[in-house]
Amino acid sequence: MAKWMSVAQVKEKIEENSAEEVTAQYLEAIGKSKINGYITVSEKALEQAKKIDAEGHNGPLAGIPIAIKDNISVVGLPNSCGSKILEGYIPPFNAHVIEKLLAAGAVILGKTNMDEFAMGSSTETSYFGPTANPWDLERVPGGSSGGSAAVVAAGEAPFALGSDTGGSVRCPAAFCGVVGLKPTYGSVSRYGVVAYANSLEQVGPLANNVTDIAVLMDVIAGYDRKDSTSIDSKIEYQKALVEDVKGLKIGVPKEFFGEGIHPDVEKAVWNAIHKCEDLGASWEEVSMPHIKYALASYYIIAMSEASSNLARFDGTRYGYRANGENWHAMVSKTRADGFGTEVKRRILLGTYALSAGYHDKYYLKALKVRTLVKQDFDRALSKVDVLMAPTMPNPAFKIGEKIEDPLTLYLSDVNTCPINLAGVPSLSVPCGFTDGLPIGLQIMGKPFDEPAVLRAAYTFEQNTDYHTKRPSEVA
Amino acid sequence: MVYENPDGVRIGLEIHIQLNKLKTKMFCGCSTDYHNAAPNTHTCPVCLGLPGALPVLNKKVVEAAIKVGLALEGEIAEETQFHRKNYFYPDLPKGYQITQYDFPIVSNGKIVIEGEDGEHTVGITRAHMEEDPGKLVHIGSIEKSKGVLIDYNRSGVSLIETVTEPDMRSPKEARRFLDKFRNILEYLDVFDGNLEGAMRVDANVSVHWGTRVEVKNISSHKGVERALLYEIMRQKNVIRRGGKVSQETRHFDEGRGVTLSMRTKEEAEDYRYFREPDLMPMRITDWIPAVKETLPELPDAKRTRFIEQYGITDMHAKSLTSKIMLADFYEGVCAKGVDPKIAATWTADVFLGELNYRDLAISSYDGEKIGFIHAKDPRIKNSIKVSDMVELVNLFAEGKISDRAAVEVIRTMLDTAEEKTPSQIIEEKGLFKAEDDLVTKAVAETIAENEAAVQDYLGGTEKSLNFLVGQVMKKTKGTADAKTARDLIIKELKG
Repeated sequence: MAKWMSVAQVKEKIEENSAEEVTAQYLEAIGKSKINGYITVSEKALEQAKKIDAEGHNGPLAGIPIAIKDNISVVGLPNSCGSKILEGYIPPFNAHVIEKLLAAGAVILGKTNMDEFAMGSSTETSYFGPTANPWDLERVPGGSSGGSAAVVAAGEAPFALGSDTGGSVRCPAAFCGVVGLKPTYGSVSRYGVVAYANSLEQVGPLANNVTDIAVLMDVIAGYDRKDSTSIDSKIEYQKALVEDVKGLKIGVPKEFFGEGIHPDVEKAVWNAIHKCEDLGASWEEVSMPHIKYALASYYIIAMSEASSNLARFDGTRYGYRANGENWHAMVSKTRADGFGTEVKRRILLGTYALSAGYHDKYYLKALKVRTLVKQDFDRALSKVDVLMAPTMPNPAFKIGEKIEDPLTLYLSDVNTCPINLAGVPSLSVPCGFTDGLPIGLQIMGKPFDEPAVLRAAYTFEQNTDYHTKRPSEVA
Repeated sequence: MVYENPDGVRIGLEIHIQLNKLKTKMFCGCSTDYHNAAPNTHTCPVCLGLPGALPVLNKKVVEAAIKVGLALEGEIAEETQFHRKNYFYPDLPKGYQITQYDFPIVSNGKIVIEGEDGEHTVGITRAHMEEDPGKLVHIGSIEKSKGVLIDYNRSGVSLIETVTEPDMRSPKEARRFLDKFRNILEYLDVFDGNLEGAMRVDANVSVHWGTRVEVKNISSHKGVERALLYEIMRQKNVIRRGGKVSQETRHFDEGRGVTLSMRTKEEAEDYRYFREPDLMPMRITDWIPAVKETLPELPDAKRTRFIEQYGITDMHAKSLTSKIMLADFYEGVCAKGVDPKIAATWTADVFLGELNYRDLAISSYDGEKIGFIHAKDPRIKNSIKVSDMVELVNLFAEGKISDRAAVEVIRTMLDTAEEKTPSQIIEEKGLFKAEDDLVTKAVAETIAENEAAVQDYLGGTEKSLNFLVGQVMKKTKGTADAKTARDLIIKELKG
């Protein structure tokens, strides 16, 4: 069995052999892993595959294995969020997306590593240790969905779910040379996904190719009455896989090619834009003047929401609990021991930004900037169909290189976080290499216009071979 | 007469009421019928605040809030939204409470009460929706408890918090306001005030137009009155001794009847409000007309109608409409063709008076009978049928029983659980009014047997007449009408 397979190829294998055998082979690959991509491997995966074999292969994903980020609730599997504080917590309910996957026949391989509570861009803040980048085991896979991207890149799952609050699907997709989509806000239910910043995040798929992204979206997207922010967009994602960009208008926002960008990244992205032009698209530069304030606004909003979301982890009802002479002492000690440094930093900053006397100066101002950024996207996308830019200004950095310098680490989200402020869809697709490390092209669209994004990405992919390259380190 | 308010008292109230007539909680499908259930059996991932669970608003809460707003003659917001109020407490499973902040659903309402000097208007600043936290259960007393148990059955139950202007000028006015407010809420059928924890009150009070003090979490109307009386006395004494009242939050110790300092202004909490990102802002203007149609006749309107329709006094009308179930019961009795004025006397004066004497609170009316329950011990409950009241009123109106006998019938019905009609009770107790000749005979005997008393009376000692009447009553075993007996004696002795 080839190590890397598309979903269509996995389906063929299942028909030739069985879901059980395919699952067993993925479990074997996970057993030999060099990357620490999984926090928990499901003990029930084989049993689940056997059951699907017995029932006949019904459902669009019958017997197809999938990896799930460890902040998405699955009944019976720990949901650590990469944190010590959730030690021993096993969710008694499935996330909506998990219900959908199980109904489609998918087999859950396990839960993947992530930055603690999705706070990070390198998967280094996980309580369970860093995940290695399959292209260079000394480098980070990106984050926060680093485990999900890395296991797909390493052939330890055909595809995976991540979550994207400020780039957490696209950043690791770019660093690991896979495809990742942050859907339009509201497209995919957040029910059962542990919140980092509710107003910004979406569950998103990671896969080896654009087609599999669409296959997964057709299963997980749609209205859910348990999530008041969910919307029925009625999009048919696989129908958008059209190999044709004739007449497509591409906008290139110069603000995404700012100071500090790696020259090879800039070159690769422009080559990709010119490739689309060769295929019949046209491009023009667009200006988005408020993008330079997006990063600051993003971090204030995300940390503010996080400071409230994470208040429930107090040791009273579930998870890790420290000893204390009274309730207040117990809560303080539980949170002091249970959260990592980066999480505590963000809770403190968020608490500060919401405090009386600072609320207007920081939080309220950040909301105003958010509106301006949104307007920038509206304006730019009124003239063009999609925007193209680098996903990450630089390729994957070394493990430990930036972890002591949070500000530099925050800056790496500069091109991904504006998208979350605006709520628009954005996809990262491989578009080149520098010193053997993958580069990601970011394609952004209008709200609920994933079809335009998928069409551009699919056409580009079908006419290039970057997505067929595999990391030799894990071959 | 104008009330002088000699101590310059200003009282404002913050009232939390549970919308306990709604069948499910505010943001999940859990049942609100948990009062007799085992702890933590009415919970789910949403009201336990499990990671990843999300709130979905129960639309009935919004409808109820609009209803309350309309009844208080307030403005209903065109757009309203929820905020998070952040604080740590073990009964708060998410570490924040979903509530409303700068866009409350209701603002600028009012309630007219019977004030110290006649009708008095109390302004309603705002009313907003929020979720109830769970409940802490101390093992033993709070001071000596070794541990705390948490019951999340209450977590996520819908509340409406109402904030008044500081318009009340005495503890009595505060209590009257609460009585009236509760009455309105029960008319709207969104609230049952008899359930434990249904209404909780914080009171702000100042004297001599000075610094206000907040007294927190008082659970009964009587408690509010007592807490305010104590607090006003305390503040007056602080000033009398040359001190200054400091702005602080105090706690009312119900057992000792005193208020105790909880925290000063400097220790005030910062709740870091921000908009709840899991719920969308709502435009509700379109909902208002449909809700308006469901508004029932409110207490003041019903009172006016009772006076006109039944020809009863304002005092009776007020008393009968002070509780929707009592008003409905009275109308049920009148519908059977009895004299509405006599029915009003026996319902408003006697029946209600006997209930209050026994600490029984009206708790239900189903069209056939009115139920009541002991205010402190819910195991004690009973009911009286419409048909029983009709029978009693008719027997009295036809002169078949004395008023003393009628009172005795009502007392018997309240005090025994056996289902007996008034006739049966009268029969068993021999309460039928004595025949006239029997009374005449008893009067003659009494005069013959009590020479001394007769002479005293004729000599001008009025008291002796009472003694003679008592003797007649004794001879007739209480079945004689006292007034008739009295008249007969006077006629016999003085012609």
